[in-house]
Amino acid sequence: MSERVSRTTFYKRLSRLWRNGDSRPLLMQALVVLVVLLLVVWVINNTMNNLEHRGISTGFDFLSQEAGFGIIQTLVEYDESHSYGRTFTVGVLNTLLVSSLGIAFATVLGFLVGIARLSANWLLARAASVFIETFRNIPLLLQIFFWYFAVLAALPHPRRSLAFGDMIFLNLRGLYLPQPVIEQGLMPVLASVVVAIVTALVVRATIRQHRLRTGQGTIAMPWLLLGVLVGMPALVWHFSGATLSVELPQLRGFNFRGGITIIPELGALLLALTIYTAAFIAEVVRAGIESVPKGQKEAAAALGLKPGKVMTLVVIPQAMKVIIPPLTNQYLNLAKNSSLATAIGYPDLVSVFAGTTLNQTGQAVEVIAMTMAVYLTISLSVSLLMNIYNRRVALIER
Amino acid sequence: MSDQMIPARKPPKQSVGLLVWSKNNLFASLPSTVATVLIVYGLYLLLPPVVQWGLLDATWWGSDGTACTTEGACWAFVTARLDQFIYGFYPQDHQWRANVFFFQLVLLIGWLTIKATPGKKWVLGYALLLMPLVSWWLLYGGLGLKIVATHQWGGLMLTLLLALCGMVASLPFGILLALGRRSNMPVIRALSTAYIEMWRGVPLITVLFMASVMLPLFVPEQVVFDKLLRALIGIVMFQAAYMAEVVRGGLQAIPKGQFEAFGSLGLSYWQGMVLIILPQAMKLVIPGVVNTFIALFKDTSLVLVIGLFDLLAIVQAGLNDPAWLGFAVEGYLFAGFVFWAFCYGMSKYSQRLEQQLHQGR
Repeated sequence: MSERVSRTTFYKRLSRLWRNGDSRPLLMQALVVLVVLLLVVWVINNTMNNLEHRGISTGFDFLSQEAGFGIIQTLVEYDESHSYGRTFTVGVLNTLLVSSLGIAFATVLGFLVGIARLSANWLLARAASVFIETFRNIPLLLQIFFWYFAVLAALPHPRRSLAFGDMIFLNLRGLYLPQPVIEQGLMPVLASVVVAIVTALVVRATIRQHRLRTGQGTIAMPWLLLGVLVGMPALVWHFSGATLSVELPQLRGFNFRGGITIIPELGALLLALTIYTAAFIAEVVRAGIESVPKGQKEAAAALGLKPGKVMTLVVIPQAMKVIIPPLTNQYLNLAKNSSLATAIGYPDLVSVFAGTTLNQTGQAVEVIAMTMAVYLTISLSVSLLMNIYNRRVALIER
Repeated sequence: MSDQMIPARKPPKQSVGLLVWSKNNLFASLPSTVATVLIVYGLYLLLPPVVQWGLLDATWWGSDGTACTTEGACWAFVTARLDQFIYGFYPQDHQWRANVFFFQLVLLIGWLTIKATPGKKWVLGYALLLMPLVSWWLLYGGLGLKIVATHQWGGLMLTLLLALCGMVASLPFGILLALGRRSNMPVIRALSTAYIEMWRGVPLITVLFMASVMLPLFVPEQVVFDKLLRALIGIVMFQAAYMAEVVRGGLQAIPKGQFEAFGSLGLSYWQGMVLIILPQAMKLVIPGVVNTFIALFKDTSLVLVIGLFDLLAIVQAGLNDPAWLGFAVEGYLFAGFVFWAFCYGMSKYSQRLEQQLHQGR
């Protein structure tokens, strides 16, 4: 009897808590946390059972085991005897290489196309628009395949390479470029380059300060800065007698040796990533420039600024505020899209680590988690920087 | 003094006509003239050989690669395999089911895009709730239809199915996540934000790897997932995060007064959301939803890395057929054109919607 009473009072209390505006959210959140926790425990439990049944070990010990497979492009020293941990490093570096090169090229091409899209020349604007609409609407993977299997595979064999002035060679196996070889005497020159950059920055800041304080002089003196940047290293070069030699690629046997080699996988991936992302960046740039009100341009012209100055001093600084956030988004997309490398065998992180290493060790959970963690780290740190940037821009605005 | 009107002068020759237009738009300045000349010269170099190769010298029909003897394109590669490119390995005498599926899509899209058609609400409800189930029954079978296993599906049919199911299934999850991220309960907000940021931060290819390798580990051993279903689960989890961000954009655009108004009318949170906020927000985000759909449509081509044969994968497989070697360009151009036509059409539609929305405000 008493038990039943206590039970009804318990339900009554619970229902009072549920109807109370203060305690209901707490109850609800506790419920959600409970469900999520149960789900996680269930998944972990299942995974442990399954792994045990399949005889797969867990933990990160595999990272120190010998990998035993070769990789066609490595930025750090690597061969079959290195560990799986090393394959991870090689993969991350290759991903970073293709992403940073892609970002640089895509930015240049994207800005050119975006500005061309707004050109007063009808034909040029049309051409840019056709470029954008074509490459934006075709899957990136198809574009990568196209460049790799249809275009680069049609290049001639090494013996009949396309040569550009005996320095650059292009054939089925890749693009061969001359490599500058750094020698001992080069150190002072490199040091002077650093000093020149610092000096130029200091000079520029001083001129600017002077201008802001007194209203005299210009904002920057490009020729003076260029003189410092080029002149100082040139003088040091001349007097230190440093020599720079260039290693040329040469045909030995069936292939070229020496110089820098860009493997066709990297070439195809770069081409596709650059063109695809450039189409998106072009739209970002166009939207940014169009977002600057016409009145700003007219006002600047009324103040007597020349058309070039109107662009550099009035339109672009305002457009950049609109352009930069979506532009970083495109950069992140490019970095994530570089994972499609695995489809043509460019040794990026997904291909080397989540592909070969996973297949050899079978430790899916650890490998996939590490791979995702790398991309996640890149994405989250960039978005964090973006948030800080946005806050700063917003503060300056009002 | 003259008492006659001075006769009206003709408009200056330099203001109308083709010549003036081209002077203003093609030869306005020296750089502009140079650009025009360069582009025209480029087109002159490019277009005639392309037309010659792709149309005039092309071979259109044939049963294998030996039929293509001319210098031109070998479209016979595409025409001979068109069946496979569209239906994959779907059995021939059941292809009518796929045709009904396509017809249903065309009908629905036509109904929803053409302005004058009545009953849009019901049609949209069917498209979002019933259509995935009906399509699954049509294609997979059961209830009187012969079962066709999913490994026989492929081609354009699979591409469309993946994109549509991924889209429709991710919509409710996306809405819930967006509401969660805007919730004032800290735990729910944190969980939703973590989910969204996590999936948005990783490439789809790793999600597909995860779905195909890790998902079987996560569930009890007796539960076996189809490969297609695993890919779909991966796509839906991934897509839900993007959808959530689109919906959140719409929610943020709703004025605060609307939230306060439904509160003061005595509606509960869910009543207010379903009756007041979401109908307004969803209308705002339709262009954004279409844009994510375009992205998803292109991304479905990634399923080839886990061994499903979507349009791109089946073209790629056809290129390795010994009877048809060396027609990579034709194959990619065909697949590229199909993808392009779908994506371009949808992006134009979304632009039109955006303009209509702007007119209303």
